[in-house]
Amino acid sequence: MTKAKSAAIGKQEARDAGADLLLEKADIQRLSQVLHDGEWYADERMRAWRAYRAMPMPTLEDEAWRRTDIRALRWNEVVPDTLLGNVSRSGSNGRVPARFKKPLVSRKQGGQIIVANGQIVERTLDDEAAEQGVLFTDLLAATRTHPGQVARHIGKLVPSREGKHAAMAAALADQGVFVLVPAGVVLKRPLHSVLWSNGLAQFSRVVVIVEQGASLTFVHELCSRAMKKEQLHAGTVEVFVGDGAELTFVELQTLGDSCWHFSHERARVGVEGNLDWIFGSVGSKLTKAFLDLDLAGRGARGRMSGFYFTAGKQHLDHDTQQNHFAEGQTSDLLFKGALRDQSRSVWQGMINVAPGAQKADGFQANRNLLLSSETRADSIPGLEIQADDVRCTHAATVGRLEDEHLFYLMSRGMAYDDARKLMVDGFFDPIMQRIPFEGVRNRLKDTVIEKMAP
Amino acid sequence: MASMLEIQNVQVSIADKDILRGVDLKIKQGEIHALMGPNGSGKSTLAYALMGHPGYKVTAGQVTFKGIDVLELSPDERARMGLFLAFQYPVAIPGVTVANFLRTAINSRRKAEDPKDRGISIRKFRSLLREKMASLDMPEDVAGRYLNDGFSGGEKKRAEILQLATLEPDIAILDETDSGLDIDALKIVAGGVNQLVGPDLGVLVITHYQRVLRYIQPDRVHVMFEGRIVESGGADLAHQLEERGYEWVRAAHGNGVGA
Repeated sequence: MTKAKSAAIGKQEARDAGADLLLEKADIQRLSQVLHDGEWYADERMRAWRAYRAMPMPTLEDEAWRRTDIRALRWNEVVPDTLLGNVSRSGSNGRVPARFKKPLVSRKQGGQIIVANGQIVERTLDDEAAEQGVLFTDLLAATRTHPGQVARHIGKLVPSREGKHAAMAAALADQGVFVLVPAGVVLKRPLHSVLWSNGLAQFSRVVVIVEQGASLTFVHELCSRAMKKEQLHAGTVEVFVGDGAELTFVELQTLGDSCWHFSHERARVGVEGNLDWIFGSVGSKLTKAFLDLDLAGRGARGRMSGFYFTAGKQHLDHDTQQNHFAEGQTSDLLFKGALRDQSRSVWQGMINVAPGAQKADGFQANRNLLLSSETRADSIPGLEIQADDVRCTHAATVGRLEDEHLFYLMSRGMAYDDARKLMVDGFFDPIMQRIPFEGVRNRLKDTVIEKMAP
Repeated sequence: MASMLEIQNVQVSIADKDILRGVDLKIKQGEIHALMGPNGSGKSTLAYALMGHPGYKVTAGQVTFKGIDVLELSPDERARMGLFLAFQYPVAIPGVTVANFLRTAINSRRKAEDPKDRGISIRKFRSLLREKMASLDMPEDVAGRYLNDGFSGGEKKRAEILQLATLEPDIAILDETDSGLDIDALKIVAGGVNQLVGPDLGVLVITHYQRVLRYIQPDRVHVMFEGRIVESGGADLAHQLEERGYEWVRAAHGNGVGA
C-alpha cells in the first residue's frame, strides 16, 4: 500500500469516528480564499495549520485535560467537510437577540461591533476615539488594513504551539476583534463587541492592545443560540497592557448549551500597568479555558474575577495562571461558582513567582457551592515560588447550602425557593462587588434567577 | 379576636431522644409569658419545635395557632401566619445584607399572599427600615452589613428584635434573647421589645435568668423541668426562683431520670 493511500484510509477512519478534526493544506487554502485573506494572514494560517498537524488531540492522559473529557465531541458533525471555509456562515442569517446590543457598562459607548455568523452586522466607533487613533475593528479586516499592527501582536502571547485548540483557532479563524488604544489615550467610553452565532462553529481571535499610559474598558461577549445540534467555538484571546496602562476587560460567555468551547487566553501587563479581568462563564456544554495572567513589568497588577453557574450536564473547566516575573507585583484571583443538577466544574490555578520577582503579593481563591448531591467541583490551587521575599496565599472550598441557614430564613416567612435564591445571591455577592458595572451584574443576576428556577 | 397559640401535650424528640414529655401552654396575643428553667430542661427545644425546625420531631400532642394545626405547616407558612422566633444563636448569612434580607422576607410574604404582588417599593422599604432601626438605636450602616456576619452578641440580638419589629408577628418567641448581653445591651433589647408589646403582640420570653424579667414584665411565668412545665404562676414565681434557685424545682419534681 502506498503511503498516501494508507494516510487517506487513516483519515477516513478518523473522520468516521469523528474523534479528530483532520485538516488538509487544501482546506486551509480554500478558507483563505473564501475569507479573502491578505498574503500575510494566509501565511499565518498555514503556520498555525502546521502546528496543528504536529499536535495530537489532547486526551485524559494529558495533565491539563485529566478532568475534562472531550471524547464525545464529533468533530465531523460540528465542522463538516462540505462547510469548511464557510462554517460560521452555516447559520441561517440569524438576527442577534436585542439583549446583546444593549450597552452593559454605560449608557454611552465608544463603539460597538456585532458579528453574526461570521458577518459583521454592526460596527461603530465614535469620532473622538477614531481621531485619537483608536482602532476597533473586526480581526480579519484589521489583517488587511493594519497588517503590521496585527502581525506584531497576534500569536505573540498565545502562539499556536500553546495547544491543539489554539492552533485550530488560528488556522480556522473566521472572526474576531482587534482593539488598539494608542499610547496616552484615555478612552472614557467603553467598547463593546459581540460574537454571535446560530450556526455550527465559530473560530475567533481577539487582540486587545492598550499602549503605554493608555486606558480602556472593554466588554467582549461570546454567544450563540441554543440549538439541538452540537456547536463549537475555539478561540484565542491576547491582551497587551502597556507600561502604566489600565484595562478593565469583561468577558461574558453565553454560548448555547450544546456548544463545545475551547479558549486559550493570555494577558501581559507592563511596568506599573493594571488589568482588571472579569469572566462570566454562563453557557456552553463544555468549556476548557486556559486563562493566564503574565505580570511582566515591575509593579504590574492584575485582578481576575470569575463567575460561573453550571446546570444540567454542563462541564466548565477553568485553568488559570498568575505569573509574576518582576519585582513588586500584585495578583488577586477570585473564582466563584455554583453547580446544580449533574453539572461539573474544574478550577485549577497556579501562582508562579519567578526568581527575582521579589515582593510578589499573590492571592487566589476558588469557592464552589453545590446545589445538588450529583454535582462535582474540583478545585486545585497551586503555588510555585522561586523568590524568597513574597506573600502568596490560596484558598479553595467546596460547600453546600446550610440547613440551619435555610431554617433561619424560612422562619422569617421566606418561601423555600426564595430562601435558597437569597443564599446563592449571598454566595455570589463578593464577585458582584468586584464588577463595577451594573449592566454586567444584572446579566449575571439574571443568570442566577434563570438557573435557580425550579 | 385575639390570636392564640395553643400547645397541648406536645412531645418532641431529637434524633430519637425524647426531650419534651408533654407540654401544655396557651399564649394569647397581648399576653407576655415567661418560660424559665434550668439548662437542658427543653425550653429551646420547644421554641424550635413550634417554629418547625426539621430536626425536631413532634411525636405526640397538638399545636394550633388561630385554630389551625400548625404542625403540618413548613416554617415559612407558620411565620406568614404570624409566628416569630428570635433565635438564641442567629446564624450569619454571608453576602446577604440586613436590608436585602428583610426586603426579601417582606416580598416573599407578600407574594405568598398575592402571587401577582410586585413587592414593596424601594422607597417605602427604606423609610420603614430607617424608622424601625431608629427605634432600636441602630446605626444606619447596619442595613448594609452582611446579616449577623461579624456582629457582636448585642448587635445580633438587636438585629433579631429589628426583624421582629419589621415583620410584626402576632406571637413572638424570644429564645434566651438576654443571654450573653451586658446590662446596657440588655436594656436596649428589652426596651425594643417593650415598644412592640401591646394588644397586637403576644410574647413568650424564654430565659434561664430572672434578670430580663425586670425589664419585660410577664403576665404569667412557667417553669420547665425535664421536658414538662411543672409550675405556672404570676410574676412572683420568677422572684421565688431568683431567691431559691432551681434546686427546689429539682427537689420537688425531679425523678432522677433526666437532667
